Amino acid sequence: MSTLLTNVCKQYDQGKTVLKNVTAEIETGEFFVIVGPSGCGKSTLLRMIAGLTQISDGEISIDGQVVNNLPPKDRNLTMVFQSYALFPFLSVWDNVAFGLKARKHDQSEVEERVNNALKMVNLEDLKDRKPRELSGGQRQRVALARAVASDAKICLMDEPSSNLDAQLRIKMRQEIYALQRKLGITLIYVTHDQVEAMTMADHIMVLHDSKVQQIGTPAEIYKTPANEFVAGFFGVPPINILYATKISDKAIRVNNDFQVDLDQTVTEKELKVGIRPNELVVEKADELSANATVQNVEFLGDEKIVYATFSNGNEVSAIVPSDAHFDMFENIKISSTNNVLLFNQDGINVTANREDLINA
Amino acid sequence: MLKTSATDVIPEKKVEAKQKSKFKLTANDKYYASIFAGPSLFLLGLFVFYPMFRTLYISLFLTNTFGNTTLFVGLENYVKLISSPDFVSSMWVTLVYVVGVTFFTIAMGLLLANLASQKLPGIAIFRTLYSVTMGVSVSVAAIFWLFIFNPSAGFFTLLTKMLNLPTINWLANPTNAMWAIIITTVWMHLGFVFLVFLGAIESVPTTLYEAADVEGVSKHYQFFHITLPMISPTLFFISTITIIGSFKSFGLIDLITKGGPTNATNMLVYRIYNDAFFGGNYAKSSAEAIILTVIIAFFTYLQFKFLEKKVNY
Repeated sequence: MSTLLTNVCKQYDQGKTVLKNVTAEIETGEFFVIVGPSGCGKSTLLRMIAGLTQISDGEISIDGQVVNNLPPKDRNLTMVFQSYALFPFLSVWDNVAFGLKARKHDQSEVEERVNNALKMVNLEDLKDRKPRELSGGQRQRVALARAVASDAKICLMDEPSSNLDAQLRIKMRQEIYALQRKLGITLIYVTHDQVEAMTMADHIMVLHDSKVQQIGTPAEIYKTPANEFVAGFFGVPPINILYATKISDKAIRVNNDFQVDLDQTVTEKELKVGIRPNELVVEKADELSANATVQNVEFLGDEKIVYATFSNGNEVSAIVPSDAHFDMFENIKISSTNNVLLFNQDGINVTANREDLINA
Repeated sequence: MLKTSATDVIPEKKVEAKQKSKFKLTANDKYYASIFAGPSLFLLGLFVFYPMFRTLYISLFLTNTFGNTTLFVGLENYVKLISSPDFVSSMWVTLVYVVGVTFFTIAMGLLLANLASQKLPGIAIFRTLYSVTMGVSVSVAAIFWLFIFNPSAGFFTLLTKMLNLPTINWLANPTNAMWAIIITTVWMHLGFVFLVFLGAIESVPTTLYEAADVEGVSKHYQFFHITLPMISPTLFFISTITIIGSFKSFGLIDLITKGGPTNATNMLVYRIYNDAFFGGNYAKSSAEAIILTVIIAFFTYLQFKFLEKKVNY
């Protein structure tokens, strides 16, 4: 009993491929996030699951039933749109009741379900207002209430918080997460925001270049990214990718500069190494031993981000404690712990799989 | 700013009143105001307001054949008109015509616009075809339809002959002549109305329909509960201008039926024209013109009073 995507493809008439062989299993009751940069086809994938866009090839099945040719209404799902799709001429209450009324449910049943849904999203007091009299967050709640009232087992959300300011986004994120847990529905959530994906998802699907890059839990995605793209997409500031050469079986030289001793054997001669900003070690150094120059320092409260340039021009960012003091254009020496990710020339992760890392 | 309920209107009025009391024109403001507004006020006064008040003035007198006032008679012209069965029948004819034209124009316009808004291959051809009457002048339309209604060689006659049906004499029978005029006017208006409705329908966000699709709402229900409310401001605008426009219809009537047969299509505007320029009775036609103005103003007022509040969201 789950939603299965098997080799789902989408091409447009002009021959433009939007999605190529997307395969995934979305378990019942889980919070599944589809994430990727804009234009990667994530909204298209969601619309194909909803039945609003035809799929070109492959198969989508919900609870064991192939739904490729079923209209949206027969898929027993509900959808929250990026624009919320509220009817401007109807009150909050009527907006939530719209679908139920159209499908000719009992008056008493409609009332009960709408009132319950409004209660669940804390909108009872505003039920007579028109959408234009609501704030962005309240509008989103109306859209959520509509999804709740429909009683569908699967809820699709297309970047629902992209129209909200940063603080409200965090609040709505928590509310959506709590709602999903409370109702036990399957939630398929599309976003371009990696933080949203990391914080809410049971499983994340990373889409890029029309293809699935990786599917996994947030911890798997962050700690054992499948490739350079996934590694770079998650984490703020993004991971530093530097070139490295093998100097012995268990040691590499990064950026033709500092050496990192590894607890795994290296096979490739030339590779790329991904170092998270917090794994870089930054020390003050005199002009002779320095290998980089500070370009900028950002103060974030409990830590600082140091942006620096190596002598060969490569840029890195490092997280240092907030009491460490670095000035602009100061000479520094950068090295790294051995907790790094190794990628081959094609960007594929070749770090030895360390299960202990994920579960740590 | 759109208003729907009394509660959000009241505070705004207060704000307006406050602003008004503080708002004072300086000499400089007055200078610029007169420069900018002066020319158009002068032209409007000369060509709109003066004729309007002149008409009202004339309607209270008797006139000679040159249109000069001779004797003040007060409201006698009006009393005569209202008690004249001829004039009352003209009012009824006009009303039937206006209702018929407005209803069919809006119904057909909505139907065509809804069809043409579908995403189908080749739909652009139909969009062009449906809006083509916008470029047709009244005289061309009249000639075109006269050919169609022609009792011996017209298109309708040929059609009924082919189907072995009794031939309808479109322009000689009072009821049919009214239909002929309504059909022609609707045809004339349709291009514009279609385009405006199409624009309104196209501007309804597609996500509203998608949300309804996902919820399992039928297309029929979507049209009446999403499309219509969403385009209600346009619907209101179109119905207002169609009503006013059909009250004022003149060209088609003059060219197709000349008010006949037996005054069956003798609308108020056509009667005003005949009384003034053929009957030479300027006082009578002025009174008729004032009555027509009052009727149009009354309908427009009703519309704004009862409909406008409902259409804005």
